[in-house]
Amino acid sequence: MLGFIVRRLLATIPVMGVVALFVFLMLHLSPGDPATVIAGDYASPADIERIRAKLGLDQPLHIQFGTWVWSLLQGDLGISIFSNLPVTQLIGQRLEPTLLLALTTLIITVVVAVPMGVIAAWKAGTWIDRSIMIFAVVGFSIPVFVLGYILIYFVSLKLGLLPVQGYRPISEGFFPFLRSITLPALTLSVIYIALIARITRASMLEVLDEDYVRTARAKGQLEWKVLIVHALRNAAVPIVTIIGIGIALLIGGVVVTESVYNIPGLGRLVLDAILKRDYPIIQGLILMFSFVYILINLAIDILYTLIDPRIRY
Amino acid sequence: MTLSVERDSFAGSFRANVAALRRQAFQRYPTIGIGGSLLILMIFVAVFAPVVATDDPIALNPIERLQPPGTDHWFGTDMFGRDLYSRTVYGTRISLIVGLSAAGLSVLFGLIIGLIAGYIRLLDAILMRVMDGLMAIPGILLAIALVSLSGASLVTVTIAITIPEIPRVVRLVRAIVLSVREEPYVEAAVSMGTPLPKILLRHVLPNTVPPLIVQATYVCASAMLLEALLSFVGAGTPPEVPSWGNIMAEGRAFFQITPWIIFFPGIALAVTVLAVNILGDGLRDTLDPRIAKKM
Repeated sequence: MLGFIVRRLLATIPVMGVVALFVFLMLHLSPGDPATVIAGDYASPADIERIRAKLGLDQPLHIQFGTWVWSLLQGDLGISIFSNLPVTQLIGQRLEPTLLLALTTLIITVVVAVPMGVIAAWKAGTWIDRSIMIFAVVGFSIPVFVLGYILIYFVSLKLGLLPVQGYRPISEGFFPFLRSITLPALTLSVIYIALIARITRASMLEVLDEDYVRTARAKGQLEWKVLIVHALRNAAVPIVTIIGIGIALLIGGVVVTESVYNIPGLGRLVLDAILKRDYPIIQGLILMFSFVYILINLAIDILYTLIDPRIRY
Repeated sequence: MTLSVERDSFAGSFRANVAALRRQAFQRYPTIGIGGSLLILMIFVAVFAPVVATDDPIALNPIERLQPPGTDHWFGTDMFGRDLYSRTVYGTRISLIVGLSAAGLSVLFGLIIGLIAGYIRLLDAILMRVMDGLMAIPGILLAIALVSLSGASLVTVTIAITIPEIPRVVRLVRAIVLSVREEPYVEAAVSMGTPLPKILLRHVLPNTVPPLIVQATYVCASAMLLEALLSFVGAGTPPEVPSWGNIMAEGRAFFQITPWIIFFPGIALAVTVLAVNILGDGLRDTLDPRIAKKM
């Protein structure tokens, strides 16, 4: 077990290395001189020179990469070109809304999607199953930002139930925070619910055919216990896998949702940085998001052994 | 003579069988019918946009700006008085071009890389680590960063959308190659001295086609969503192009007064993506009954 965890940890190193290389090369492989690109359209030659020296772009490529990775390993993501603040500090300031938005979404998703999938599989072939599946396909097709505006229009503008935009930090009170996060989290969770409900249904359908489910029913086990204790526990592995892979979807969704609802989180930080070409922020945030994704999936791999005792490494 | 008659009747019954099978498949998988027809309708709208549209999609008419939907302008007008219905119609072109090219390109590159990874052990480890790394980077951010660095145009947008989609195709192709190369018929071909290119072409490639068709529909759907999203956040096709994302981006500032500027192209996008997704589900059910039973 410990051996497996160590091996799995070591296996993430090359992947993280590849991510770092990609993020580094993105600037250098794109057409044009990076310093000119960063400086923008109205920069003077002196500005460009200044940026070039500041970012060490006058050094050979492999030395630049080495220096960059070395500072990364020390937890230094560089300094923002525009605000002159360390990127790690900027990330720290914007972390709360993004983290809470992602968490709320995740909670809504699991609470809604898993029962939906279980019921759809239980009632397979009936109108209940079909309407849940139609919701899943439609939910997966509506763009997050369009859904966001539809919800703002009806819930906030027409009914006046929730604030239109903006974010209230949790330190200003739990209730105002909850009011501000509800709509963004609902918006973001729809696509995720669609995905998880579908996988839950598929994975449950497979398990419900198994002998042990028939045995459980034959011995007169209560139906809900058959579904949850016998079936769902055995169907959990694919569901948890998709929740992990779906983190990528969630990260992308956070960027868009924050933009629609004007939430000052990491998504807005990286979008603004991309539009202003503040390269250290772009690199730092893409790296951070990718590492989070890798680490979550690593954690899930390790979690398997806990959910399913049959899995042994 | 008798032989030819027999062959004719055989061909005839075969054809009748195929037709019956097709009808059956259509009844059993109505999703292909619904998704396919919707998609064909969208392609029709895109190809015949000048006929379907009522106005010039880029003609400014400031007097009639921000008109609500009505008989003159079916979807209303935007802040420059441009006809929203015509703009939405022309937007179909951009969405479909980007969606279909991204699907085609990612399948092409994914197939090549996947075949190499599945057949050449030495490159497998390296290629798959690169793909793992690429998969870990959030696709939206990667695409936005690529576009903003290389300058916005239809081509850069398409490339930026295609790159994050490639790893999934590679994984799919590689998995198929790894399972097919253990099949007895491939072993037989190898033992008879069939050259590698012929084995790949004759035995491996045909096995990848059905799942790749299904995968292509999903890439197409997600590419269309991503394209609109890029324009929406200001890192997509140049603003003068009437793409759905651009129309919606322009509508953001006026959302509280004229929500239809976002709603109409948004609905068009959702319906098109839905059509492609439904078609993909139907194709998956038809082409791969093994997965279909699970889903």
